[in-house]
This record gives sequence, C-alpha cells and structure tokens, in this order.
Amino acid sequence: MIVLAIDVEKKLGAFKITACFQAAGGVTALFGPSGAGKTTVVNMIAGLIVPDRGSIALDDTVLFDTASGINVPPNRRRIGYVFQDGRLFPHFSVHENLDYGRRMSGHPRDPKHFARIVELLNIGDLLDRRPRKLSGGERQRIAIGRALLMHPRLLLLDEPLASLDAGHKREILPYLVRLRDETHVPMVYVSHTAAEVRRIATNVVRLDAGRVTASGGLELLDEPDPDTIG
Amino acid sequence: MFGLSPAEWVAIELSLRIAFVATAVALPFGIAIGWLLARKDFWGKTLLDGIVYLPLVLPPVVTGYLLLITFGRRGLIGAFLADYFGIVFSFRWTGAALSCGIMGFPLMVRPIRLALEAIDRRLEEAASTLGAGRFWVFLTITLPLALPGVIAGMVMCFARALGEFGATITFVSNIPGETQTISAAIYTLLQVPGGEAAAGRLVLVAIALALAALIASEWFARRAGMRFQGE
Repeated sequence: MIVLAIDVEKKLGAFKITACFQAAGGVTALFGPSGAGKTTVVNMIAGLIVPDRGSIALDDTVLFDTASGINVPPNRRRIGYVFQDGRLFPHFSVHENLDYGRRMSGHPRDPKHFARIVELLNIGDLLDRRPRKLSGGERQRIAIGRALLMHPRLLLLDEPLASLDAGHKREILPYLVRLRDETHVPMVYVSHTAAEVRRIATNVVRLDAGRVTASGGLELLDEPDPDTIG
Repeated sequence: MFGLSPAEWVAIELSLRIAFVATAVALPFGIAIGWLLARKDFWGKTLLDGIVYLPLVLPPVVTGYLLLITFGRRGLIGAFLADYFGIVFSFRWTGAALSCGIMGFPLMVRPIRLALEAIDRRLEEAASTLGAGRFWVFLTITLPLALPGVIAGMVMCFARALGEFGATITFVSNIPGETQTISAAIYTLLQVPGGEAAAGRLVLVAIALALAALIASEWFARRAGMRFQGE
C-alpha cells in the first residue's frame, strides 16, 4: 500500500531538484551522496520548503498540489520530523520537550503511550534534565521521542546519526530498529551511509544531483557509486 | 521617612507610576515593532526604523513640542481621543507617561530586536512540525527565547522614563502632584534659594532608583539565561 506519493520540482539557485517517488509502509531510505538534495526533499514533505510545482499526498490526504492550490501548513500535516541536529527546545525540560507535540496538537494526555515511548527509547532517567546537559546520543533519542509522541502519520528522519560519533551511532541504531518493528509508523530515513541504510531500511530511493535515479529494494545499495561513502 | 518631605514623596511616587505605566504600555508595541524590524521586509521599513529611533537623536524639547501639537487638547490625535474616549494627555500625568514611553521606546525596541534576530529559526521550524501554529510558535518558543532581550529593553525603557525631563516638561509642564517628576522637582528646587538640600535628597533617590533598576535587570537576565544552561 502506498503511504506517500511525491512528485515535485524545486529550483534553488542553479540547482534543480526533481523528485518523483512513492513510499509504502516500513522504512524508505532516501539514499544518496551529500548535496544530492535529500534534506530539501524531506523539508518539502514536512512543509518547511514550498515546491515550485507538483504534488505531495500522504495516505488519502493531499498535502500539496499546485494544480488545485493546496498547501497544508507544516503544523497541520502531522508529520514527525527528527532533524540532523536534534533541535530540542533549550528552555524546556526533556519532559516538556517530549510533551510539546501533544500539547500543540491538542491531543488528550496519554500516560500509557508516553510510558511506552519512554521505555522504548530508554529515556526515563532524563525526563527532568535540560537539553544542554545531555550527550549527543541522548539528545537524538529525545528528538525521536518528541516526534513519535505527536502521533505522526509519517516520521521523517534526516541523517539522525550524522552528528554523532561512532560510539553514539551504535547506541542509537538498535533503537531505530526497535522503532521500525514495534511502532508501525511509516518512516522516510535520509542517509548517505549504505551500512546504516542496510540496518534500518526496507525500501531504497536513490537521489543523485537532485534527481531520483532508482527506487526499489535494498539490492540498490550494492550498485557501485564512486560518490557514496559507505 | 528618610528625611523626605511629603512633597518629595509625591514626586517620587509620581515618577515611579509614570515610569511603570510608560514601560507597561510600551511593551506590546516594543515587541511588535521589534519583531517587524527583525523578521519582516516591507516597503518603508527604513522609514519605520528611523521613526522609532528618532526620539533618541532629536532634542527632547522638539519631541515634547511635537507631542504637544499632536496629543495636546487641540492636537489632531489629542482632540480625537478626548472627544471620543475621554482620554486627556495635556497637563496630566498620563501625558507624562506618554512622553516618557516615547522617549524610552527606542531603547526598548533595540534589545528586543537584537534578541529576536539572534534566535535560531530552526527551533521555530521544529515547533511548527510538532503542530504549533504561528501564534503558538511565537508564544512558546520565540518569546521565551527572546526573554533576556525583552527584560533588558524593559529596564532601559523604565530607566529612561524615570529620568525623562525635556520632552515631558515641554509637553505637560511641571505641575506638582500631577506632572512634576523627580527630575522636574530637582530642576524646580535648584531655581529657588535654599533648595539645594532638598534637591540633594532627590538626587540620592534618583541614584538609588537607577541602581536598583540595573541590579534587578541583571538578576532577571541571569535567571532567564540560566533556564537555557539548565540545572
């Protein structure tokens, strides 16, 4: 079943991005070298960048469509976004950060769901801390929890491991795998690292120089590409 | 109390009331204008920028005179407000608060604007993906992160309002119990023989109030800053 259907164009200066692909449930990796336009594509899905032309649909909702003039603002898309740099709110505690999405979208309190996500990411001991006092790995786990707790229809993860050292990468990966297997929230996972994608993804969309060059299963990772750091 | 005469207490109470009201009324405008200047590009932005900072560079007497011809009883805005809302500025303490607010306004806008410019916009983006509309993003992310700047702006405006003299005396004169602030009272006392002792007492009061405002702002700014460092 197709969850996400995207067909958009965006010009950023001389760089042109043409992204047309579909994603089913599970984890779709948006895979390609740095500078291929992966983050821009994800930002268009989230509604943070407006495409010049095209359409984006999630389940049976049209999020963006130039032909009919639809552009749902990011706060009404219900798409969770885990940024590369975490972006936790520095003036809130970890608990307040986690609860922010629920409060803003007006969901009732759900202590069971909250406890489940806290347990899944093993962040129970951090709830009273401030983001400043957390390690990189802890921060990224909170960011994942924060995005999950808003009840997203889709979860976007933009190189969530890129800012971490090797040890912290090993720390986070198992949580992402658990996330995939236990939450059933469809995910788009941006990465330029084949090894990472192999661990987590179920489908692969390859992006090179702003264009989708292939999409399919994990076997796409085996094709040689001089630009790819694997 | 403290060897101050009742008349001197009246001047002190009046100064504080005028400065508080001026700061409180200026605050929403200060945040709005600071936000416009920090975040928006629009036609006439340079002009608005200039007008906001004008009271800082104009001779205060000129500002006072301009207030008199616009907000005076027969001024364009003054007559309108008096006829339709019963709000009168001329020769009232409210007029003093208006002139003090306008003189303090540029000092309030500047730190607010700088604080808003320094905020990481990516945090606002993150908030919007979490379901917060523009108003809630502003209220829960932007404003709290700009709080040290907002406090600094309030203190600067308050201190300026407390010491305002030229524009106020031009606009609303120097009426004991109505528009005679500490500065105006000191000025009056220095005009009469034997007034130096009383003037000296008020000078000490002015110094104490200014110091208290500075210490309070340090304390608030440090507390606001501490929230981000986290304990």
